[in-house]
Amino acid sequence: MSRSRGRWLGAFVFLSPGLAYLVVLMLVPLALVFSYTVFQRGRFGGVVYEFTTENFERLFDPLYLSVLGDSLKIAAITTVAALLIGYPTAYLIAQLPRRWKTLALVAIVLPFWTNFIIRVYAWTILLSGPGLVNSALAKLGLGPFELLYNQGTIVAGLLYSYLPLMVLPLYAAIEKLDPQLREASANLGASGFTTFRKVTLPLTVPGVLTGSLFVFVPSFGNFVIPEMLGGNKSIMVGNLVRNQFLSARDWPFGATLSLALIAVLVVLLIVQAWAARRA
Amino acid sequence: MRRPKLLYVPFWLSYVFLYLPIAVLVIMSFNSGESAYTFDGFSLKWYGVLAEDERILDGLVNTLIVATGSTVIATVLGTMMAVGLARFTKSKIMDALALMPAVLPDLVLAIGLLVFYGTIQLTLGLYSVVLAHALFSMAFVAAVVRTRLTGADTSLEEASRDLGAGPVVTFMKVTLPQLTPGIVAGALLAFTLSLDEFVIAYFTIGNNEQTLPIVIYSMIRFGVTPKINALAAILLLVSFTAVIAGQRLTKIGESRAQD
Repeated sequence: MSRSRGRWLGAFVFLSPGLAYLVVLMLVPLALVFSYTVFQRGRFGGVVYEFTTENFERLFDPLYLSVLGDSLKIAAITTVAALLIGYPTAYLIAQLPRRWKTLALVAIVLPFWTNFIIRVYAWTILLSGPGLVNSALAKLGLGPFELLYNQGTIVAGLLYSYLPLMVLPLYAAIEKLDPQLREASANLGASGFTTFRKVTLPLTVPGVLTGSLFVFVPSFGNFVIPEMLGGNKSIMVGNLVRNQFLSARDWPFGATLSLALIAVLVVLLIVQAWAARRA
Repeated sequence: MRRPKLLYVPFWLSYVFLYLPIAVLVIMSFNSGESAYTFDGFSLKWYGVLAEDERILDGLVNTLIVATGSTVIATVLGTMMAVGLARFTKSKIMDALALMPAVLPDLVLAIGLLVFYGTIQLTLGLYSVVLAHALFSMAFVAAVVRTRLTGADTSLEEASRDLGAGPVVTFMKVTLPQLTPGIVAGALLAFTLSLDEFVIAYFTIGNNEQTLPIVIYSMIRFGVTPKINALAAILLLVSFTAVIAGQRLTKIGESRAQD
Protein backbone atom coordinates (compact mmCIF):
# COMPACT_ATOMS: atom_id res chain seq x y z
CA MET A 1 0.00 0.00 0.00
CA SER A 2 1.35 3.39 -0.91
CA ARG A 3 2.14 5.85 1.87
CA SER A 4 -0.36 8.48 0.81
CA ARG A 5 -3.16 5.95 0.48
CA GLY A 6 -2.39 4.74 4.01
CA ARG A 7 -2.50 8.32 5.21
CA TRP A 8 -5.91 8.93 3.68
CA LEU A 9 -7.29 5.67 5.00
CA GLY A 10 -5.93 6.44 8.49
CA ALA A 11 -7.38 9.94 8.46
CA PHE A 12 -10.72 8.55 7.34
CA VAL A 13 -10.84 5.75 9.93
CA PHE A 14 -9.79 7.93 12.86
CA LEU A 15 -11.47 11.20 12.02
CA SER A 16 -14.80 10.32 10.43
CA PRO A 17 -16.67 9.17 13.60
CA GLY A 18 -15.77 12.30 15.57
CA LEU A 19 -16.29 14.50 12.54
CA ALA A 20 -19.74 13.04 11.90
CA TYR A 21 -20.59 13.68 15.55
CA LEU A 22 -19.47 17.31 15.28
CA VAL A 23 -21.39 17.85 12.06
CA VAL A 24 -24.65 16.35 13.31
CA LEU A 25 -24.66 17.76 16.85
CA MET A 26 -22.86 21.07 16.39
CA LEU A 27 -22.64 22.36 12.80
CA VAL A 28 -26.13 21.35 11.68
CA PRO A 29 -27.70 22.72 14.91
CA LEU A 30 -25.79 26.02 14.54
CA ALA A 31 -26.88 26.29 10.90
CA LEU A 32 -30.48 25.67 12.01
CA VAL A 33 -30.23 28.37 14.69
CA PHE A 34 -28.87 30.86 12.18
CA SER A 35 -31.50 30.02 9.60
CA TYR A 36 -34.20 30.63 12.22
CA THR A 37 -33.18 34.30 12.37
CA VAL A 38 -35.00 35.04 9.08
CA PHE A 39 -38.18 33.06 9.85
CA GLN A 40 -41.29 33.78 11.88
CA ARG A 41 -42.16 32.34 15.25
CA GLY A 42 -44.64 29.52 15.53
CA ARG A 43 -47.65 30.02 17.73
CA PHE A 44 -46.58 27.42 20.28
CA GLY A 45 -42.82 27.70 19.94
CA GLY A 46 -40.87 26.33 17.02
CA VAL A 47 -40.80 28.16 13.73
CA VAL A 48 -42.94 28.97 10.70
CA TYR A 49 -40.86 28.92 7.53
CA GLU A 50 -41.90 32.29 6.13
CA PHE A 51 -39.24 34.88 5.46
CA THR A 52 -39.12 37.98 7.65
CA THR A 53 -36.61 40.65 8.68
CA GLU A 54 -38.65 41.43 11.76
CA ASN A 55 -36.24 39.66 14.14
CA PHE A 56 -33.34 41.86 13.10
CA GLU A 57 -35.49 44.99 13.31
CA ARG A 58 -36.43 44.02 16.85
CA LEU A 59 -32.76 43.56 17.73
CA PHE A 60 -32.21 47.29 17.12
CA ASP A 61 -35.01 48.22 19.48
CA PRO A 62 -33.38 50.51 22.12
CA LEU A 63 -34.57 48.12 24.82
CA TYR A 64 -32.56 45.19 23.46
CA LEU A 65 -29.61 47.36 22.47
CA SER A 66 -29.38 48.61 26.04
CA VAL A 67 -29.30 45.00 27.30
CA LEU A 68 -26.47 44.25 24.88
CA GLY A 69 -24.70 47.42 26.05
CA ASP A 70 -25.16 46.48 29.73
CA SER A 71 -23.83 42.98 29.08
CA LEU A 72 -20.76 44.41 27.35
CA LYS A 73 -20.23 46.82 30.23
CA ILE A 74 -20.63 44.16 32.93
CA ALA A 75 -18.31 41.73 31.14
CA ALA A 76 -15.74 44.48 30.53
CA ILE A 77 -15.74 45.64 34.16
CA THR A 78 -15.40 42.03 35.30
CA THR A 79 -12.44 41.50 32.96
CA VAL A 80 -10.65 44.66 34.11
CA ALA A 81 -11.26 43.80 37.78
CA ALA A 82 -9.96 40.26 37.20
CA LEU A 83 -6.86 41.71 35.57
CA LEU A 84 -6.28 44.17 38.44
CA ILE A 85 -6.31 41.53 41.16
CA GLY A 86 -5.21 38.63 38.96
CA TYR A 87 -1.98 40.19 37.71
CA PRO A 88 -0.39 40.90 41.10
CA THR A 89 -1.53 37.49 42.32
CA ALA A 90 0.02 35.68 39.34
CA TYR A 91 3.16 37.85 39.65
CA LEU A 92 3.70 36.87 43.28
CA ILE A 93 2.88 33.20 42.72
CA ALA A 94 5.50 33.07 39.97
CA GLN A 95 8.13 34.25 42.47
CA LEU A 96 7.25 31.94 45.35
CA PRO A 97 9.62 29.07 46.25
CA ARG A 98 8.80 25.92 44.24
CA ARG A 99 6.96 24.14 47.07
CA TRP A 100 4.64 27.05 47.78
CA LYS A 101 4.15 27.80 44.11
CA THR A 102 2.31 24.54 43.40
CA LEU A 103 0.20 24.95 46.52
CA ALA A 104 -0.71 28.54 45.64
CA LEU A 105 -1.67 27.53 42.10
CA VAL A 106 -3.78 24.57 43.19
CA ALA A 107 -5.53 26.84 45.68
CA ILE A 108 -6.42 29.24 42.87
CA VAL A 109 -7.81 26.49 40.64
CA LEU A 110 -9.52 24.42 43.33
CA PRO A 111 -12.76 26.45 43.62
CA PHE A 112 -13.05 26.32 39.84
CA TRP A 113 -13.45 22.53 40.01
CA THR A 114 -16.42 22.70 42.33
CA ASN A 115 -19.98 23.00 41.22
CA PHE A 116 -20.64 26.31 39.52
CA ILE A 117 -24.21 26.67 40.86
CA ILE A 118 -22.99 26.07 44.41
CA ARG A 119 -20.28 28.68 44.11
CA VAL A 120 -22.82 31.26 42.98
CA TYR A 121 -25.21 30.15 45.70
CA ALA A 122 -22.49 30.71 48.32
CA TRP A 123 -22.61 34.40 47.43
CA THR A 124 -26.33 34.69 48.10
CA ILE A 125 -25.68 33.36 51.62
CA LEU A 126 -22.86 35.81 52.17
CA LEU A 127 -24.61 38.89 50.84
CA SER A 128 -28.28 38.34 51.65
CA GLY A 129 -30.18 40.60 54.06
CA PRO A 130 -29.38 38.64 57.26
CA GLY A 131 -26.10 37.28 55.86
CA LEU A 132 -22.54 37.54 57.13
CA VAL A 133 -21.58 40.82 55.48
CA ASN A 134 -24.61 42.65 56.83
CA SER A 135 -24.14 41.15 60.31
CA ALA A 136 -20.53 42.33 60.31
CA LEU A 137 -21.62 45.79 59.17
CA ALA A 138 -24.34 45.86 61.85
CA LYS A 139 -21.66 45.35 64.53
CA LEU A 140 -20.09 48.55 63.24
CA GLY A 141 -23.47 50.24 63.45
CA LEU A 142 -24.01 50.31 59.70
CA GLY A 143 -26.64 48.97 57.35
CA PRO A 144 -28.39 46.71 56.70
CA PHE A 145 -27.75 47.22 52.99
CA GLU A 146 -29.38 45.58 50.00
CA LEU A 147 -26.23 43.92 48.73
CA LEU A 148 -27.82 41.41 46.42
CA TYR A 149 -29.62 41.94 43.16
CA ASN A 150 -27.73 44.71 41.44
CA GLN A 151 -25.12 44.94 38.70
CA GLY A 152 -22.31 45.14 41.25
CA THR A 153 -23.33 41.75 42.65
CA ILE A 154 -23.31 40.30 39.14
CA VAL A 155 -19.78 41.59 38.61
CA ALA A 156 -18.70 40.09 41.95
CA GLY A 157 -20.23 36.72 41.05
CA LEU A 158 -18.65 36.66 37.60
CA LEU A 159 -15.29 37.75 38.99
CA TYR A 160 -15.48 35.03 41.62
CA SER A 161 -16.33 32.37 39.06
CA TYR A 162 -13.76 33.24 36.41
CA LEU A 163 -10.79 34.74 38.31
CA PRO A 164 -8.84 31.45 38.02
CA LEU A 165 -9.11 31.69 34.22
CA MET A 166 -7.29 35.04 34.41
CA VAL A 167 -4.60 33.99 36.88
CA LEU A 168 -3.51 30.81 35.05
CA PRO A 169 -2.52 32.29 31.64
CA LEU A 170 -0.96 35.30 33.41
CA TYR A 171 1.05 32.97 35.62
CA ALA A 172 2.20 31.00 32.56
CA ALA A 173 3.32 34.22 30.84
CA ILE A 174 5.10 35.69 33.89
CA GLU A 175 6.77 32.39 34.80
CA LYS A 176 8.36 32.20 31.34
CA LEU A 177 10.05 35.58 31.74
CA ASP A 178 13.79 35.54 32.09
CA PRO A 179 14.55 37.08 35.52
CA GLN A 180 17.82 38.45 34.06
CA LEU A 181 15.83 40.92 31.96
CA ARG A 182 14.41 42.50 35.08
CA GLU A 183 17.78 42.42 36.84
CA ALA A 184 19.38 44.12 33.86
CA SER A 185 16.71 46.79 33.92
CA ALA A 186 17.24 47.35 37.65
CA ASN A 187 21.03 47.42 37.25
CA LEU A 188 20.67 50.06 34.59
CA GLY A 189 18.93 52.21 37.18
CA ALA A 190 15.27 51.70 36.38
CA SER A 191 12.91 51.85 39.34
CA GLY A 192 10.70 48.85 40.15
CA PHE A 193 7.72 50.46 38.52
CA THR A 194 9.63 51.49 35.38
CA THR A 195 10.94 47.93 35.03
CA PHE A 196 7.41 46.64 35.33
CA ARG A 197 6.05 49.13 32.81
CA LYS A 198 8.85 48.81 30.25
CA VAL A 199 9.94 45.17 30.62
CA THR A 200 7.54 42.88 32.50
CA LEU A 201 4.21 44.19 31.26
CA PRO A 202 5.02 44.36 27.51
CA LEU A 203 6.46 40.83 27.59
CA THR A 204 3.37 39.41 29.29
CA VAL A 205 0.82 41.03 26.97
CA PRO A 206 -0.07 37.66 25.34
CA GLY A 207 -0.98 36.30 28.80
CA VAL A 208 -3.04 39.41 29.51
CA LEU A 209 -4.93 38.99 26.23
CA THR A 210 -5.59 35.26 26.73
CA GLY A 211 -6.73 35.75 30.32
CA SER A 212 -9.01 38.64 29.35
CA LEU A 213 -10.63 36.56 26.63
CA PHE A 214 -11.08 33.59 29.01
CA VAL A 215 -12.89 35.87 31.48
CA PHE A 216 -14.83 37.98 29.01
CA VAL A 217 -16.36 35.17 26.92
CA PRO A 218 -18.13 33.24 29.72
CA SER A 219 -19.09 36.51 31.47
CA PHE A 220 -20.70 38.05 28.42
CA GLY A 221 -22.87 35.03 27.58
CA ASN A 222 -23.79 34.19 31.17
CA PHE A 223 -27.37 33.84 32.30
CA VAL A 224 -27.11 31.89 35.56
CA ILE A 225 -25.18 34.47 37.57
CA PRO A 226 -27.36 37.45 36.52
CA GLU A 227 -30.42 35.39 37.33
CA MET A 228 -29.23 34.20 40.75
CA LEU A 229 -27.44 37.35 41.87
CA GLY A 230 -28.99 40.08 39.75
CA GLY A 231 -32.65 39.57 40.54
CA ASN A 232 -35.24 40.80 38.09
CA LYS A 233 -33.93 44.32 37.73
CA SER A 234 -30.86 43.65 35.70
CA ILE A 235 -30.73 41.23 32.82
CA MET A 236 -27.96 40.39 30.42
CA VAL A 237 -28.16 39.13 26.85
CA GLY A 238 -27.85 35.52 28.08
CA ASN A 239 -31.06 35.94 30.10
CA LEU A 240 -32.83 37.31 27.03
CA VAL A 241 -31.75 34.30 24.97
CA ARG A 242 -32.80 31.90 27.72
CA ASN A 243 -36.20 33.58 28.08
CA GLN A 244 -36.90 33.54 24.36
CA PHE A 245 -36.20 29.81 24.18
CA LEU A 246 -37.59 28.53 27.47
CA SER A 247 -40.39 30.92 28.47
CA ALA A 248 -41.46 33.31 25.69
CA ARG A 249 -41.08 30.49 23.14
CA ASP A 250 -40.00 32.90 20.42
CA TRP A 251 -37.23 30.76 18.94
CA PRO A 252 -36.50 32.95 15.89
CA PHE A 253 -35.90 36.04 18.02
CA GLY A 254 -33.87 33.99 20.52
CA ALA A 255 -31.78 32.75 17.60
CA THR A 256 -31.25 36.34 16.40
CA LEU A 257 -30.13 37.42 19.88
CA SER A 258 -27.67 34.55 20.08
CA LEU A 259 -26.34 35.47 16.65
CA ALA A 260 -25.68 38.97 18.03
CA LEU A 261 -23.94 37.39 21.04
CA ILE A 262 -21.71 35.30 18.78
CA ALA A 263 -21.02 38.29 16.52
CA VAL A 264 -19.68 40.29 19.48
CA LEU A 265 -17.44 37.40 20.52
CA VAL A 266 -16.12 36.90 16.97
CA VAL A 267 -15.22 40.60 16.72
CA LEU A 268 -13.39 40.28 20.04
CA LEU A 269 -11.52 37.17 18.90
CA ILE A 270 -10.36 39.02 15.79
CA VAL A 271 -9.24 42.02 17.86
CA GLN A 272 -7.46 39.67 20.25
CA ALA A 273 -5.65 37.82 17.45
CA TRP A 274 -4.61 41.15 15.91
CA ALA A 275 -3.36 42.51 19.24
CA ALA A 276 -1.51 39.27 20.01
CA ARG A 277 0.31 39.46 16.69
CA ARG A 278 1.41 43.03 17.35
CA ALA A 279 2.60 42.23 20.87
CA MET B 1 13.99 39.98 42.87
CA ARG B 2 11.89 42.83 44.15
CA ARG B 3 8.55 42.01 45.69
CA PRO B 4 6.83 45.26 46.66
CA LYS B 5 4.81 44.88 49.86
CA LEU B 6 1.82 46.53 48.23
CA LEU B 7 1.41 43.54 45.88
CA TYR B 8 0.52 41.30 48.79
CA VAL B 9 -2.78 43.14 49.20
CA PRO B 10 -4.39 41.88 45.94
CA PHE B 11 -2.61 38.53 46.38
CA TRP B 12 -4.22 37.77 49.73
CA LEU B 13 -7.43 39.43 48.60
CA SER B 14 -7.69 36.84 45.81
CA TYR B 15 -7.52 33.96 48.25
CA VAL B 16 -9.91 35.50 50.78
CA PHE B 17 -12.28 36.30 47.93
CA LEU B 18 -12.12 32.73 46.59
CA TYR B 19 -12.49 30.94 49.92
CA LEU B 20 -14.65 33.13 52.16
CA PRO B 21 -17.99 32.26 50.49
CA ILE B 22 -17.14 28.54 50.50
CA ALA B 23 -16.10 28.65 54.16
CA VAL B 24 -19.31 30.40 55.22
CA LEU B 25 -21.36 27.87 53.29
CA VAL B 26 -19.67 24.90 54.98
CA ILE B 27 -20.05 26.44 58.45
CA MET B 28 -23.73 27.13 57.85
CA SER B 29 -24.30 23.50 56.84
CA PHE B 30 -23.68 22.54 60.51
CA ASN B 31 -26.36 24.93 61.74
CA SER B 32 -28.81 23.51 64.26
CA GLY B 33 -31.40 26.19 63.48
CA GLU B 34 -33.70 26.55 60.48
CA SER B 35 -31.98 29.54 58.93
CA ALA B 36 -29.41 29.32 56.16
CA TYR B 37 -27.94 32.65 57.27
CA THR B 38 -27.64 32.82 61.08
CA PHE B 39 -25.72 30.24 63.07
CA ASP B 40 -27.60 28.94 66.13
CA GLY B 41 -25.37 26.04 67.19
CA PHE B 42 -23.64 22.93 65.90
CA SER B 43 -25.66 20.01 64.52
CA LEU B 44 -25.47 17.37 61.82
CA LYS B 45 -29.21 17.16 61.37
CA TRP B 46 -29.25 18.69 57.87
CA TYR B 47 -27.00 15.91 56.61
CA GLY B 48 -29.64 13.46 57.85
CA VAL B 49 -32.44 15.40 56.16
CA LEU B 50 -30.40 15.36 52.99
CA ALA B 51 -29.92 11.59 52.99
CA GLU B 52 -33.71 11.16 52.99
CA ASP B 53 -34.41 13.57 50.14
CA GLU B 54 -35.40 11.42 47.16
CA ARG B 55 -35.27 14.24 44.67
CA ILE B 56 -31.63 14.84 45.47
CA LEU B 57 -30.79 11.14 45.37
CA ASP B 58 -32.56 10.80 41.99
CA GLY B 59 -30.65 13.82 40.73
CA LEU B 60 -27.39 12.27 41.88
CA VAL B 61 -28.15 8.99 40.08
CA ASN B 62 -29.10 10.87 36.89
CA THR B 63 -25.91 12.94 37.07
CA LEU B 64 -23.79 9.81 37.38
CA ILE B 65 -25.60 8.13 34.45
CA VAL B 66 -25.09 11.20 32.24
CA ALA B 67 -21.45 11.60 33.25
CA THR B 68 -20.66 7.92 32.64
CA GLY B 69 -22.43 7.75 29.28
CA SER B 70 -20.99 10.98 27.92
CA THR B 71 -17.49 10.12 29.17
CA VAL B 72 -17.52 6.78 27.32
CA ILE B 73 -18.58 8.39 24.02
CA ALA B 74 -16.25 11.36 24.44
CA THR B 75 -13.25 9.20 25.34
CA VAL B 76 -13.61 6.90 22.33
CA LEU B 77 -14.35 9.64 19.78
CA GLY B 78 -11.94 12.17 21.31
CA THR B 79 -9.04 9.70 21.38
CA MET B 80 -9.64 8.72 17.75
CA MET B 81 -9.83 12.39 16.77
CA ALA B 82 -6.55 13.11 18.54
CA VAL B 83 -4.77 10.25 16.77
CA GLY B 84 -6.24 11.27 13.41
CA LEU B 85 -5.27 14.91 13.88
CA ALA B 86 -1.76 14.24 15.14
CA ARG B 87 -0.79 11.47 12.73
CA PHE B 88 -2.77 11.78 9.53
CA THR B 89 -3.66 15.38 8.69
CA LYS B 90 -2.05 18.74 8.96
CA SER B 91 -5.34 20.53 8.49
CA LYS B 92 -5.69 23.67 10.62
CA ILE B 93 -9.42 23.74 9.90
CA MET B 94 -9.85 20.24 11.35
CA ASP B 95 -7.89 21.30 14.44
CA ALA B 96 -10.12 24.32 14.94
CA LEU B 97 -13.27 22.27 14.37
CA ALA B 98 -12.22 19.69 16.96
CA LEU B 99 -11.71 22.43 19.56
CA MET B 100 -14.86 24.37 18.68
CA PRO B 101 -17.25 22.72 21.18
CA ALA B 102 -14.88 23.69 24.00
CA VAL B 103 -14.57 27.29 22.82
CA LEU B 104 -18.18 28.15 21.97
CA PRO B 105 -20.19 29.61 24.87
CA ASP B 106 -22.23 26.85 26.56
CA LEU B 107 -25.43 28.82 25.94
CA VAL B 108 -24.85 28.73 22.18
CA LEU B 109 -24.26 24.96 22.17
CA ALA B 110 -27.32 24.54 24.38
CA ILE B 111 -29.75 26.39 22.12
CA GLY B 112 -28.27 24.73 19.04
CA LEU B 113 -28.99 21.32 20.52
CA LEU B 114 -32.45 22.35 21.74
CA VAL B 115 -33.37 23.60 18.25
CA PHE B 116 -31.89 20.48 16.64
CA TYR B 117 -33.69 18.06 18.98
CA GLY B 118 -36.89 20.05 18.40
CA THR B 119 -36.51 19.88 14.63
CA ILE B 120 -36.02 16.11 14.55
CA GLN B 121 -38.76 15.83 17.21
CA LEU B 122 -36.66 13.86 19.64
CA THR B 123 -38.28 13.43 23.04
CA LEU B 124 -35.88 14.97 25.57
CA GLY B 125 -34.50 12.96 28.45
CA LEU B 126 -31.26 11.73 29.97
CA TYR B 127 -29.88 10.41 26.68
CA SER B 128 -30.26 13.79 24.96
CA VAL B 129 -28.05 15.22 27.73
CA VAL B 130 -25.58 12.32 27.33
CA LEU B 131 -25.20 13.15 23.61
CA ALA B 132 -24.88 16.87 24.40
CA HIS B 133 -22.25 16.43 27.13
CA ALA B 134 -20.23 14.07 24.93
CA LEU B 135 -20.01 16.89 22.38
CA PHE B 136 -17.96 19.29 24.51
CA SER B 137 -16.19 16.55 26.48
CA MET B 138 -14.90 15.08 23.22
CA ALA B 139 -13.07 18.35 22.49
CA PHE B 140 -11.34 18.26 25.89
CA VAL B 141 -10.37 14.58 25.57
CA ALA B 142 -9.00 15.22 22.06
CA ALA B 143 -6.96 18.18 23.32
CA VAL B 144 -5.49 16.28 26.29
CA VAL B 145 -4.64 13.12 24.29
CA ARG B 146 -3.21 15.21 21.50
CA THR B 147 -0.73 16.94 23.82
CA ARG B 148 0.58 13.50 24.70
CA LEU B 149 0.84 12.45 21.05
CA THR B 150 2.80 15.51 19.96
CA GLY B 151 5.39 14.81 22.62
CA ALA B 152 5.47 11.05 21.92
CA ASP B 153 8.25 9.24 20.10
CA THR B 154 7.11 7.65 16.79
CA SER B 155 10.15 5.38 16.51
CA LEU B 156 8.42 2.57 18.44
CA GLU B 157 5.57 2.56 15.96
CA GLU B 158 8.01 2.54 13.05
CA ALA B 159 9.93 -0.35 14.64
CA SER B 160 6.70 -2.29 15.03
CA ARG B 161 5.85 -1.75 11.37
CA ASP B 162 9.39 -2.71 10.31
CA LEU B 163 9.10 -5.94 12.26
CA GLY B 164 6.07 -6.83 10.17
CA ALA B 165 3.13 -5.83 12.38
CA GLY B 166 0.15 -4.44 10.48
CA PRO B 167 -1.28 -0.97 11.19
CA VAL B 168 -4.09 -2.34 13.37
CA VAL B 169 -1.78 -4.46 15.53
CA THR B 170 0.67 -1.56 15.82
CA PHE B 171 -2.10 0.77 16.93
CA MET B 172 -3.52 -1.65 19.50
CA LYS B 173 -0.21 -2.91 20.90
CA VAL B 174 2.08 0.10 20.59
CA THR B 175 0.25 3.41 20.15
CA LEU B 176 -2.67 2.83 22.48
CA PRO B 177 -0.67 1.67 25.54
CA GLN B 178 1.59 4.71 25.17
CA LEU B 179 -1.47 6.94 25.18
CA THR B 180 -3.16 5.39 28.22
CA PRO B 181 -2.18 8.08 30.78
CA GLY B 182 -3.46 10.78 28.42
CA ILE B 183 -6.69 8.90 27.79
CA VAL B 184 -7.27 8.38 31.52
CA ALA B 185 -6.61 12.06 32.22
CA GLY B 186 -8.97 13.06 29.39
CA ALA B 187 -11.70 10.73 30.63
CA LEU B 188 -11.39 12.09 34.19
CA LEU B 189 -11.66 15.61 32.85
CA ALA B 190 -14.73 14.69 30.80
CA PHE B 191 -16.38 13.04 33.80
CA THR B 192 -15.77 16.03 36.10
CA LEU B 193 -16.97 18.52 33.50
CA SER B 194 -20.18 16.56 33.01
CA LEU B 195 -20.83 16.26 36.78
CA ASP B 196 -20.83 20.04 37.19
CA GLU B 197 -22.37 21.06 33.89
CA PHE B 198 -25.58 23.04 34.24
CA VAL B 199 -26.48 25.19 31.22
CA ILE B 200 -26.52 22.53 28.49
CA ALA B 201 -28.24 19.98 30.72
CA TYR B 202 -30.87 22.56 31.67
CA PHE B 203 -31.76 23.14 28.01
CA THR B 204 -31.62 19.56 26.77
CA ILE B 205 -33.11 17.46 29.56
CA GLY B 206 -36.84 18.17 29.10
CA ASN B 207 -39.40 18.18 31.91
CA ASN B 208 -39.25 14.68 33.31
CA GLU B 209 -35.73 14.33 34.64
CA GLN B 210 -33.23 16.46 36.55
CA THR B 211 -29.49 16.25 37.10
CA LEU B 212 -28.06 17.30 40.45
CA PRO B 213 -27.03 20.83 39.39
CA ILE B 214 -30.58 21.36 38.07
CA VAL B 215 -32.07 20.06 41.34
CA ILE B 216 -29.90 22.49 43.30
CA TYR B 217 -30.77 25.35 40.97
CA SER B 218 -34.51 24.83 41.28
CA MET B 219 -34.31 24.30 45.06
CA ILE B 220 -32.49 27.61 45.42
CA ARG B 221 -35.17 29.37 43.40
CA PHE B 222 -37.75 28.23 45.95
CA GLY B 223 -35.73 29.52 48.88
CA VAL B 224 -32.60 28.55 50.75
CA THR B 225 -32.39 26.00 53.55
CA PRO B 226 -29.41 24.56 55.44
CA LYS B 227 -30.18 21.33 53.55
CA ILE B 228 -28.69 22.87 50.39
CA ASN B 229 -25.69 23.99 52.42
CA ALA B 230 -25.15 20.42 53.59
CA LEU B 231 -25.37 19.13 50.02
CA ALA B 232 -22.99 21.87 48.87
CA ALA B 233 -20.50 20.99 51.62
CA ILE B 234 -20.50 17.32 50.57
CA LEU B 235 -20.03 18.18 46.88
CA LEU B 236 -17.20 20.57 47.77
CA LEU B 237 -15.49 17.85 49.77
CA VAL B 238 -15.87 15.36 46.89
CA SER B 239 -14.45 17.69 44.23
CA PHE B 240 -11.62 18.95 46.48
CA THR B 241 -10.60 15.36 47.21
CA ALA B 242 -10.80 14.43 43.52
CA VAL B 243 -8.65 17.39 42.42
CA ILE B 244 -6.02 16.81 45.10
CA ALA B 245 -5.93 13.08 44.34
CA GLY B 246 -5.60 13.87 40.62
CA GLN B 247 -2.75 16.26 41.42
CA ARG B 248 -0.98 13.56 43.47
CA LEU B 249 -1.48 10.97 40.72
CA THR B 250 0.03 13.19 38.01
CA LYS B 251 2.95 13.93 40.33
CA ILE B 252 3.59 10.22 40.88
CA GLY B 253 3.27 9.65 37.13
CA GLU B 254 5.77 12.43 36.42
CA SER B 255 8.35 11.23 38.91
CA ARG B 256 8.08 7.67 37.55
CA ALA B 257 8.56 8.99 34.02
CA GLN B 258 11.72 10.77 35.17
CA ASP B 259 13.24 7.71 36.87
